[in-house]
Amino acid sequence: MAIFSIPGIRLAGIAAAVPRKEVSNYDYKWVSVKDREMIVKTVGVEKRRVAEPGTSTSDLCYTAAEKLIADLNWDKKEIELLIFISQSRDFIIPSTSGIIQDRLGLPHSCVAYDIGLGCSGWVYGISAIASMMSATRIKKALLLVGDISTLTASYRDKSTYPLFGDAATATAFELNADAAPIHFNLESDGSGYEAIIIPDGGLRNFISKKSFDYKKHGTGIYRTRFQLALNGIEVFNFALREVVPNAKKLMQEMQKTTVDFDYFVMHQANLLMNETIRKMMKIEKEKTPYSIREFGNTSSASIPLTIVHKLREQISTRKVQLLTSGFGVGLSWGSVAIELDKVVCPEVIEF
Amino acid sequence: MIEDFIKNIEAEFEDLEPGKLKPESNFREAFEWNSINALILIALIKTEYNVSINAEDIQKSKTVNDIFTIVKSRM
Repeated sequence: MAIFSIPGIRLAGIAAAVPRKEVSNYDYKWVSVKDREMIVKTVGVEKRRVAEPGTSTSDLCYTAAEKLIADLNWDKKEIELLIFISQSRDFIIPSTSGIIQDRLGLPHSCVAYDIGLGCSGWVYGISAIASMMSATRIKKALLLVGDISTLTASYRDKSTYPLFGDAATATAFELNADAAPIHFNLESDGSGYEAIIIPDGGLRNFISKKSFDYKKHGTGIYRTRFQLALNGIEVFNFALREVVPNAKKLMQEMQKTTVDFDYFVMHQANLLMNETIRKMMKIEKEKTPYSIREFGNTSSASIPLTIVHKLREQISTRKVQLLTSGFGVGLSWGSVAIELDKVVCPEVIEF
Repeated sequence: MIEDFIKNIEAEFEDLEPGKLKPESNFREAFEWNSINALILIALIKTEYNVSINAEDIQKSKTVNDIFTIVKSRM
């Protein structure tokens, strides 16, 4: 089991960017008014931000990163590591990280690479960035995490369309010998890879004319093979089975319990799933912030977006102990326990 | 006890008239069955009984008692 901790790395700041365009699930005419009410109440998504065609995840990441670098007053020449994590890259070839490195004006000495992860992306990303900084002594690094999911969801698929919103985030890290260690418990189970999938477009099922044919997959569920398919019940059972033991095991290793944490920030999967996990964890509602009502399930961006949206004031003025869990596509999941001590955190930026 | 199981269901689904749901009731008719209701039922069974049921379990069940039999067998 991958349980470990990394000392000497400080989270210096977090920023989030979302598209300006907002849509309401009360206006989702593909389903009945009663179904819309149920989506808002049970799934927990009332409004979502939707990127205009042509906007890519890197546009949102770039916007968040520029603001964060400016607010941190960082010298760009010192940023020598950039990791971009997403399931919605700009191109099939090349990687998106280099495009952002150049656009931000970061030096050629900057290590830049992509990682393909979704809901667990921020949690995994911190482990990658902190490990590499620790080994290389690179002083400053950026973790860019986000997704545009609305473009690949079918309007005529009630199991995906009303769930997802678009967002991207930038998280800044710096070497700091006094920083509290960051603790991780990361896990994977690829046997469930089909539970959240866009079947066509990669090499296994190369794109063809058939990729664009709409097929019925159930009542109110029509989509192509180039759009996102979500097996709701399977993902739901996976999350209820794995997340609580994963987070508890991490706390046990740290000899901590839920009372030692100020907040428990989960991937914003859906409200029913998250509330069930919260009850299983026996954590108070007040300690469990949500952004799903206002922004939907924002995939890899959901944990940092929730932190910026709901905990901005707390993390920028005092020391806050966070327990966070990301879980989903892969299947991939993990928890990270991290201290945020007066970090730079601009308000959510509209793009 | 199936009576407790039914009480739990009634507490979770507000539209359900108390006393209307019986062990032999077809839950698809009683609930206006949809995929979100399926998730609510799965969540209830997980939190109250620490038992996992999947799509197949629901598919092959017809009555409230069918579901409860599966839950009991895994407790």
